Amino acid sequence: MAKNTKDEQQATSPYDAAALPVPSPRKKREVPDGLWMRCPNCEAMLYRKAVTENLEVCPKCEHHFRMGGRARVEHLCDPGSFEELFAEIAPADPLNFHWQGKSYAKRIAGEQKKTGYVEAILTGATYIKGRRVALGVMAGDFLMGSMGSVLGEKLTRLIEYATEHSLPLVVVCISGGARMHEGALSLMQMAKTSAALARYDEAGGLYLAVLTDPTTGGTTASFAMLGDIIIAEPNALIGFAGPRVIANTIKAELPEGFQRAEFLQEKGFVDTIVHRKELRSEIARLIDYCKPG
Amino acid sequence: MAEPNTNELDGGIALPFEKSIAHFPKQIADLEAEQIKTGRDFAAEIRQLRAQYVSMLRKTYQSLNPWETVQVARHPRRPLAKDYIDTIVKNFVELHGDRCFGDDKAIIGGLGRIGTEKIMLLAQHKGRDTKEKIIQNFGMAQPEGYRKALRLMKLAEKYQLPIVTLIDTPGAYPGLGSEERGVAEAIAVNLREMSRLRVPIVCIVIGEGGSGGALGIAVGDKIAVMEYAYYSVISPEGCASILWRTAEKAPEAAEALQLTGASLQELGIIDDVIPEPLGAAHRNPAEAAHNLEQYIVKTLRTLKRFKADNLVNQRYESWRAKGKFLEREPK
Repeated sequence: MAKNTKDEQQATSPYDAAALPVPSPRKKREVPDGLWMRCPNCEAMLYRKAVTENLEVCPKCEHHFRMGGRARVEHLCDPGSFEELFAEIAPADPLNFHWQGKSYAKRIAGEQKKTGYVEAILTGATYIKGRRVALGVMAGDFLMGSMGSVLGEKLTRLIEYATEHSLPLVVVCISGGARMHEGALSLMQMAKTSAALARYDEAGGLYLAVLTDPTTGGTTASFAMLGDIIIAEPNALIGFAGPRVIANTIKAELPEGFQRAEFLQEKGFVDTIVHRKELRSEIARLIDYCKPG
Repeated sequence: MAEPNTNELDGGIALPFEKSIAHFPKQIADLEAEQIKTGRDFAAEIRQLRAQYVSMLRKTYQSLNPWETVQVARHPRRPLAKDYIDTIVKNFVELHGDRCFGDDKAIIGGLGRIGTEKIMLLAQHKGRDTKEKIIQNFGMAQPEGYRKALRLMKLAEKYQLPIVTLIDTPGAYPGLGSEERGVAEAIAVNLREMSRLRVPIVCIVIGEGGSGGALGIAVGDKIAVMEYAYYSVISPEGCASILWRTAEKAPEAAEALQLTGASLQELGIIDDVIPEPLGAAHRNPAEAAHNLEQYIVKTLRTLKRFKADNLVNQRYESWRAKGKFLEREPK
């Protein structure tokens, strides 16, 4: 498997895949720098630009590379239609969290500088193929899409916005789980977002959860698994505990394909697996089916 | 405050930070034995030793650091859910199974009475001896445990019975079957449904509040943590092995995570801390159970006064408010 997968597995903790240690920026990029790159799946040498133009999907074998938050918004939304909401909500450092001479506050500042995002989720109102939706896109390129207070608050406000404006809700998930650096505050976001989804559900809202590689820990055990319809990208890793933790627990190798999108569909936890190229039209189609009247 | 139980002055097992007081229980017991054997009167000496012990114990437990608290929360003699059920739940009728897959013994569920209140109880039980621990899977529930809990909570809602949950788990079970049967989905659904159940829910962390596995039965109107219990997003060992790259730094991680009752209350995560007897619950399980019972009875009495609509709204608002962030002026 890809190098990225190994990093993310190592960082997944026993009980929750909390925030991941951030490897050097070079290693963290979904796709390495340079003109050429190798597909970790089919090992073909690929022209970097051709992959990007192909929505970060390998043109040879359809392997889905990870997509950054901003790129994902650009891909999903009708051109120029994304109106960002709740961008004023920014991370604090409520525990004054320090470790080994490092600080959470500095780590956050570094991530903000690197990505240009304030936090690991972008929220807004937009159009997808002409359908008005409330959209949340987690940013895997920001502290591994880990969930802290800001992510919980922005997502909750988005859900409340969708409730108030009777909009379909689409949330694209990518996450290492709850963020350790905010302690149990991060854990509480699972319940907070789920409670907001309960109200949205009562108001008759349609929630489409899109699970991408990887979706783990507290994110999976809350809003990711609460979609009225759960869509997954091909071969996405989706689970609660990380594969390495499970392998350590059972002291055996994990079966081939374990915790992958296809496996989850087989076990009954994913409605449909959709190729990235089809995602926009599939979302539009599902919204049309579930529209009242 | 009641004196520590004479028979088990140190709960049978001294913790590393109790070195300076560990010798007292044996000294007292020896003197008492000597007294019986020889018929000599050591009452004064025993009284003095006991007073010294109590004062040292008080001093030690007044200033436990977070890692020491975690050790107390995991003490092998610490009262477990079943001990509390035996002491404070009258007429307990255990109800089994999730009606889908099986009966997960890591979560005990059933009907009973606490004080004068009829309740539905859900409790994570870690097991005392090896045999029991294996049966209860060390308190690590699988999806069927969370689904059993939800089934019973819906039953409680149907008959207007308040719900009490006791939390004590290192975490949900990270195993093959657990993942295959959707432990994440089971927890997620509980979070959503518990937020809107139309009966009072009181949740108390009695030992270990291990992450999502704890939260899966811990969404309610009032959340309490016992004085020497802890509640955390990740185990101190897990956090240490990720950030410090070695589990040996768990004490530092415990400190950083702010996982004790007092810290959690300050952060607005929990509502109350339930006091424990001198030297923690394992030194005087009866007093610990009494405090727990008092808290549950008092809290349920308050919550019962609210109409269901108000109760659910207040619950939403209290969870809605959890989280700390900055809000800049919108552009």
